[in-house]
Amino acid sequence: MTVASDAPAQTAQSKAASRPNKLFRNLSAKIASIPMILTALVVFVGGTTWTVVYSFTNSRMLPRENFVGFDQYVRLWETDRWIISIKNLAIYGVCSMILTLTIGFCLAACLDRKIRFENAFRTIFLYPFALSFVVTGLAWQWILNPQFGFQSVVRGWGWESFTFDPLNNPDIVMFGLLIAGLWQGTGLIMCIMLAGLRGIDDDIWKAAKVDGIGTIKTYVVVIIPMMRPVFITALVLIASGIIKLYDLVVAQTNGGPGLSSEVPAKYVIEYMFRAQNLGQGFAASTMMLCSVVIILIPWAYLEFGGKKRG
Amino acid sequence: MRLTTKLLAATAMVSASAVSAVELEVTHWWTSGGEAVAVGKFAKAWEATGNTWVDGAIAGSGGTARPIIISRILGGDPMGATQLNHGRQAEELIEAGLMLDLTDVAEEQGWKDIVNPSSLLDACTLDGRIYCAPVNIHSWQWIWLSHEAYATAGVDVPSNWSEFAAAAPKLEEAGLVPLAMGQQGWQQNGAFGVMTIAIAGLDAWRKVVVDKDADAARGPEYAAVFEAAVDARAFASNSNVQDWNQATNMVITGQAGGQIMGDWAQGEFQVAGQVAGEDYTCLPGLGVNEILDTGGDAFYFPVQDDPDVEAAQKELAAMLLSPDVQVAFNLAKGSLPVRGDVDLSAANDCMQKGLEILAAGGVMPSGDMNLSADTQTQIEDLMAQFWSSDMSASDAQEKYADIISRAD
Repeated sequence: MTVASDAPAQTAQSKAASRPNKLFRNLSAKIASIPMILTALVVFVGGTTWTVVYSFTNSRMLPRENFVGFDQYVRLWETDRWIISIKNLAIYGVCSMILTLTIGFCLAACLDRKIRFENAFRTIFLYPFALSFVVTGLAWQWILNPQFGFQSVVRGWGWESFTFDPLNNPDIVMFGLLIAGLWQGTGLIMCIMLAGLRGIDDDIWKAAKVDGIGTIKTYVVVIIPMMRPVFITALVLIASGIIKLYDLVVAQTNGGPGLSSEVPAKYVIEYMFRAQNLGQGFAASTMMLCSVVIILIPWAYLEFGGKKRG
Repeated sequence: MRLTTKLLAATAMVSASAVSAVELEVTHWWTSGGEAVAVGKFAKAWEATGNTWVDGAIAGSGGTARPIIISRILGGDPMGATQLNHGRQAEELIEAGLMLDLTDVAEEQGWKDIVNPSSLLDACTLDGRIYCAPVNIHSWQWIWLSHEAYATAGVDVPSNWSEFAAAAPKLEEAGLVPLAMGQQGWQQNGAFGVMTIAIAGLDAWRKVVVDKDADAARGPEYAAVFEAAVDARAFASNSNVQDWNQATNMVITGQAGGQIMGDWAQGEFQVAGQVAGEDYTCLPGLGVNEILDTGGDAFYFPVQDDPDVEAAQKELAAMLLSPDVQVAFNLAKGSLPVRGDVDLSAANDCMQKGLEILAAGGVMPSGDMNLSADTQTQIEDLMAQFWSSDMSASDAQEKYADIISRAD
């Protein structure tokens, strides 16, 4: 026994002695991950740094190193279109975050009540997620078209004065986009929530029943706090979807009517390529990066710092 | 062995045919009915020379197509030839040496003598070298009026903008839209440009667009333009279409009184079988100020490594300006030819009006040639905002002047 357990310990020691460098431990695994490390460094870190540096230049169609300080940023924040884009994203973001989480959780909770045909419902709710944003946008553009879509159907039923044409009304066009976004994204969040609910031990429910706590109260007071990691995952997924909102807008409204459904990502693309003003596009994308970082860092601190304490 | 021989023979045949006929991919954004017919004329003439025309049509307007074209050239996947509006759009690509120098073709064909107005060729020229082949002249300064719509409303077809504005309430009473307008920034911007020339006049326009004088943009001439634009916005308030050809279709079918749109709209009237002067009327310069801008389309030839392809590119460049091709193409497209020495007796009423103005020298340089894409985009954004909101004329004018003051 002693000999057998000593032998590996000794070999390990001698190995550590001959190769003191930590860098070479698990060498094959490290070699295997070199491509990914390079990708991360060159594409993500390198590309980001390059973009930020060139946002301080007056590059037009081609990048050039003529630094102009914060001029691009000053111009950016004086541009109506950028301000409108930010406001639109804020409206879309807040509504989308709250509604996706609420609707997703409610659907998941309903499915979790051991209903009949659960599989069928789950598939139906998840199906929109299989469609790309472009298809979603186009389909909802048709559905919300006042001449052919929902409005004309309701009018056909006899409600002649019914008006619902969000895509042609600058004040509510963002809600037209929101409907399509929710339709597409809620299913996935519901599935994640459902997986979280299934992970809750049955004993918890039994204990709650013994204590005489009502079903809804159990959900709110016991289950939701227990599902914190699931909610965090859902939150990150929704937030990243909001920030990169672009294709849905292009397909559904193309920023119209006027500028009333413009979003920051569209501003970046159009100023980089259509206006042939890379510097301005880079400044806008750097501002988008900043907003992500501002949200991400406190969250990462809370999440990972919290785990160490616990 | 037999199979190998067959394969070898096949390979030899393929490579042999590749030498004699060159495939050139040509990208463009001519996708509406009339435009597609016109580009077909080019393809036919090119295939007649024994080469192959690979059609790279990109749907959507130039705003959609240009980024795709430019990113392909920058990304090292250049096409054989591409449409671009000449002017400043390709300036940096030329400076970076990505476009083929056509000076030898131009000298051989004598483009300097035949291209009229000469400003078209100037727009293709950078540092004395010629980089593009102009193919047609497009002018924005037209309003297209539907005879049917005015007959329905019971008023005479207007002959200038003030009559048009006066007749607008009658059309509205008849349940028609006085002014058809696609809800896209470039169309609204273009219509605004047309109104500028008609109402403020060429001198004020020149001060603002060519000299970038922001004070002139704040002046009374431009104030009148913005007032007229507020009227036009009210006339177009029920026009909820997007693409320009859908708006043209409203005029063709008599649902709308008129549309301010460039002469490419003419191709749509032709495809619909309408006759100029009988079914529709065109007024150059809104019937007020008969001046046409001389923008237009030009073909650029991105630099390629293969000498065969380069030779074919130069052959295509020469062909695009040959008299027969010019006539066939421009008749189908409704635009004016770039050379004054071709016979266009087959042209209709509207094209004849255009030719007369051109011959009389009523030309001005187009906005594309004077404003950078960056400034154009900002103005388009302002116009998109202005046309879809209730922004007042004075606010819009102030914002416009700010953009001009920053223009480079």
